[in-house]
Amino acid sequence: MIKLTPRDHQSKLLTAITPIIAVIFTMICGGVLFWILGKNPFEAIKLIFWDPLMSETFSDYARPQILIKASPLILIALGLSIGFRANIWNIGAEGQFIMGALISACIGLAFYPLENRFIFPLMILGGMVGGAFWAIIPAILKSRFNTNEILVSLMLVYIAEQALASASIGILRNPEGSGFPGSRNLNHYPSTSNPELIEGSGIHWGVIFSFLAIWFFYYLLKNHKFGFQIKLFGDAPRAASFAGLKTEYIILLCFSISGALAGVAGMFELTGPAGAITIDFNVGYGFTAIIVAFLGRLNPVGIFFAGLLMALTYVGGEISQFMLGIPAAAIQVFQGMLLFFLLSIDLIVKFRLSFTKQNFISRKD
Amino acid sequence: MDFASIDPTTIIYNLMIAATPILYAALGELLVEKAGVLNLGVEGMMIIGAICGFAISVETGSSYIGFIAAACGGAMLSVIFAVMTQYFLANQVASGLALTLFGLGLAALLGHSYTGQVPPQISKLDLPILSTIPVFGKMFFHHDFFVYFSLMLVLFVWYFLTKTRLGLVVQAVGENHDSAHAIGYSVTTIRFFSILFGGALAGLGGGYLSLIRVPQWTEGMTAGAGWIALAIVVFSSWRPWRLILGAYIFGGITILQLNLQAIGVNIDIALLSMTPYAITIVALVLMSVNKSKKSLGAPGSLGKSFIKVS
Amino acid sequence: MKTNKSNVLQVINVSKKYANVLANDEVSLTLNHAQIHALLGENGAGKSTLVKIIYGLVKPDRGKMILNGQKYAPDNPQKARMSGVGMVFQHFSLFDSLTVAQNILLGLDKRQSSTSLLDKIVQISTDYGLALEPRMIVGDLSAGERQRIEIVRCLLQNPKLLIMDEPTSVLTPTEIEQLFNTLNQLSAQGTSILYISHKLEEVRKLCGEGTILRNGQVIKNFIPSTTTSSEIAELMVGKKVQSTIKSKSRAKNIILNINNLSIDSRTPFGTNLKNISLKVRQGEILGIGGVAGSGQDELLLTLTGESKVKKNTLFYKNKDIGNLNPQERREIGFLTAPEERLGHAAAPEMTLMENCLITAKKSKNLMVHGWINFTKTGDFANDIIKKFDVRAGDNKSLAKTLSGGNLQKFLIGRELSQDPEVIIVNQPTWGVDAAAAQFIRQALLNLVSHGTAAIIISQDLDELIEISDRFTALVNGSMSTPRITTELTVSEIGLMLSTENAPK
Repeated sequence: MIKLTPRDHQSKLLTAITPIIAVIFTMICGGVLFWILGKNPFEAIKLIFWDPLMSETFSDYARPQILIKASPLILIALGLSIGFRANIWNIGAEGQFIMGALISACIGLAFYPLENRFIFPLMILGGMVGGAFWAIIPAILKSRFNTNEILVSLMLVYIAEQALASASIGILRNPEGSGFPGSRNLNHYPSTSNPELIEGSGIHWGVIFSFLAIWFFYYLLKNHKFGFQIKLFGDAPRAASFAGLKTEYIILLCFSISGALAGVAGMFELTGPAGAITIDFNVGYGFTAIIVAFLGRLNPVGIFFAGLLMALTYVGGEISQFMLGIPAAAIQVFQGMLLFFLLSIDLIVKFRLSFTKQNFISRKD
Repeated sequence: MDFASIDPTTIIYNLMIAATPILYAALGELLVEKAGVLNLGVEGMMIIGAICGFAISVETGSSYIGFIAAACGGAMLSVIFAVMTQYFLANQVASGLALTLFGLGLAALLGHSYTGQVPPQISKLDLPILSTIPVFGKMFFHHDFFVYFSLMLVLFVWYFLTKTRLGLVVQAVGENHDSAHAIGYSVTTIRFFSILFGGALAGLGGGYLSLIRVPQWTEGMTAGAGWIALAIVVFSSWRPWRLILGAYIFGGITILQLNLQAIGVNIDIALLSMTPYAITIVALVLMSVNKSKKSLGAPGSLGKSFIKVS
Repeated sequence: MKTNKSNVLQVINVSKKYANVLANDEVSLTLNHAQIHALLGENGAGKSTLVKIIYGLVKPDRGKMILNGQKYAPDNPQKARMSGVGMVFQHFSLFDSLTVAQNILLGLDKRQSSTSLLDKIVQISTDYGLALEPRMIVGDLSAGERQRIEIVRCLLQNPKLLIMDEPTSVLTPTEIEQLFNTLNQLSAQGTSILYISHKLEEVRKLCGEGTILRNGQVIKNFIPSTTTSSEIAELMVGKKVQSTIKSKSRAKNIILNINNLSIDSRTPFGTNLKNISLKVRQGEILGIGGVAGSGQDELLLTLTGESKVKKNTLFYKNKDIGNLNPQERREIGFLTAPEERLGHAAAPEMTLMENCLITAKKSKNLMVHGWINFTKTGDFANDIIKKFDVRAGDNKSLAKTLSGGNLQKFLIGRELSQDPEVIIVNQPTWGVDAAAAQFIRQALLNLVSHGTAAIIISQDLDELIEISDRFTALVNGSMSTPRITTELTVSEIGLMLSTENAPK
């Protein structure tokens, strides 16, 4: 039998290396999956992980796409990770992403066709407020009535999706769109557009914003009492209240930060890659970001790399779909597997394993 | 607009059908939570059940074999969760989310070629005599086997938990796993099998969705049903009989808003489609306003990992 | 070792190693028929490991056991119970939301119809004076009643050997008296009892024979009635136990005044506090005794500031501090130390350094405008480790990896190093070895001699008698009038603690 002993110190090396091990396990199992689907596993893995970066055929398209897809993932995951550290589970980022986009679209379109350089910053603000507003609903219910935040934030995703559908055929519909659902394309108006800043790089304001956010939260979580409070609340809520922290304050803070970041991610997506509000505007970044947050070990720097990796699987998935006909859903399975391995491998980060003949060992003593 | 075209008999009849998938999934989750495990992967297990049931019944031509496959599919997916949380001591919330994400992807992958197909029909099981009662017969006794089976399972779970020794052990494990371990019960084994049961029932619920309720296969067709099942467990205060109430209220709202959409009420369709989710939130809040934890009945060790360390 | 017909259990050269610690080192022990055998030792001496081996919860690395002349190696508690070994844990293995009868049923291995079980419960509880109402919900019961459930659960299986792990730590003196009657009755009827304790007087009163463990080894087998308490104590600790030095009390002005405090418990099975009034003076220790679950946790939470109290109930230096939160109270010199170390006083997954920030961030200026000063925090943690003799790797060790005694020294050190004017400690030495306990008590006494006022809430009467200037008892959430400790007799204390004359 295997015996578990809690580790005295947190091992930085293990914390960093285990996600890589999880990725390797996922590649192996993913390879088996592709093989079952009748595809060449080695070619598929190469198409997903190598070609987007290195192949001459694809990298011109793929490299910028990685940044474009990584930026919302990083922003959302960063926000979620703060809550997850505190054991506060906002899993409705998809809805907050939608609401951020909707509010900023309302602002942008309200000024149409006025051109003014303050419109874009105002939309950024609107995105944050929209996302935070949607996230504060479960936060208030949790702190006032102790309502389960997981279920409420998730239900709000479905409600946000309906709101999105309603808006794209209703109030935000393009009056010149000959009756088709969907709003005006915000990319067509300089004041509301989030263009590629360096030709062929994929870098838009959202990418820059997400990198700055990583740096900011890395510094804050490490050195400021904010990071300490979040960690304390997550580890021992009673010790947090003994320290004088208000539970309500932590819950509201975590939800509004993650909501604002998800909302602003929606705003940048709307004004950049997506261009317009449509019924299928949201593509699941809010859920994939959960995987990114864990893959990044809830650590800003980790999330940065995890976001890039996850974006790589998206782009590589597209390429493998194009080249080998691997269904898009296979990539989702792939990402799900990654999270399984990652969560399971945590065991060796938290405990030292040793093999004994021991049958079972009691907890106390 | 024609309110007269809404027929109460049909509504009640349809609401039972709409409620059944959720009732199955919620019943499974109730037992899992009674054993102290929070499995947020219900949505994932349901959709795997939906596609397994659909695919197998299309291939075999038998709905019943399809339902067995649905239960097996859900249970198999839950094994992943059971291993992760019981042996690798992974966080239950995160593992449940992973299960849902994985399940949705896997179901889409498996169901790729089944979109647009039609499953074999299942015959109605008219209960003798009862089904001939005017109005009520049509409402309550004119259903397929799996509607009745879901109610029988509620009875079974209730009996199991309150009247059998094993049921008591399951509750004890969920209430305080350290005590249960000290007396000599295997917390891990009991939780493992509870999770499997929960998975099988979530699978059955998913199967009912794709084989009877809809009946066809579309990607992401559970549309939050698994999450609503989780909410209904909270709503029921972990009491089996109240699950029926919760599931049927929810089914009623779903059917009612669909009927209102159909007759073209002057309300935004999106607003009507939101109602089931909004009502779920309201129900959750109403349940939690009652602050006394004792009356809420949540198992003491719910969601906590049982760690045997030296 | 001679085999003898009157042996019930022989433990022969049993060893058990955990990680780096040899919990049991070649332990041998013989239990005789119908005897009450004491197993004495400090925390960490290996008592728990040994009884867990006997009860099938832990498997030994080496050695064997013989029960009634047959080889005995239980894989699990069920096997142990089937062989006739029963055990009453110090931490009860009960389920709060279930009934007494359900709890008993869960501890039985044989199938029982619920009606015959109810009859048997009633029978046994009358036979042995263990009053129980089978339909009550366990969460509503007192510690004494809970223990009776555990005992009845064991007795239903007719054990030949009953293991009692620190049974009196949760009982009032009257309840202890009742328990001893029950145990004597059992042993007279032929049951052997292995009685684990660290309370020497009890052992001398109850047990016919005894064994002392230290550092996992058997130090001595002895006859309690002919050995003095100080001899036993020395054998347990391995050296002479120093007694605490108490300087003459110089109680001065009233600094803390609790006035008619009532509060409803926040936990489902908690105890409500009823009309508590207290005055504490500078330079004195007020001891609050009482069995577990008498309202100690609730009282501490109102004092830390985690539970809000009504206006005009809590005065510190003549100022109403009822609405101040824990941190605001700390900033005016009002400090507390809860009973639960991991999870309440300390965060288990955090380093000792980080744990300093929980209470000392302001008083030691460990944060400036919200930014953490890591050098200062590290130095402060090192200071505590040094001054309070904390055996830990370094200031980056995770709190959960420290032993109970070392963690408590660190946490008490964290509070005492902040020069409190009032300090309230719940269970200062619970689960702490004798040397560390003595150290903590002395540290508290030293602090008080400089004019600090202290409230010590404890379930260890000996401790309170040793260090407190005045003594009061918390019973079912009500408090008696404090009295000068030295003027109290043991029977008077017993009367103060007994539940019978307290309002329910």
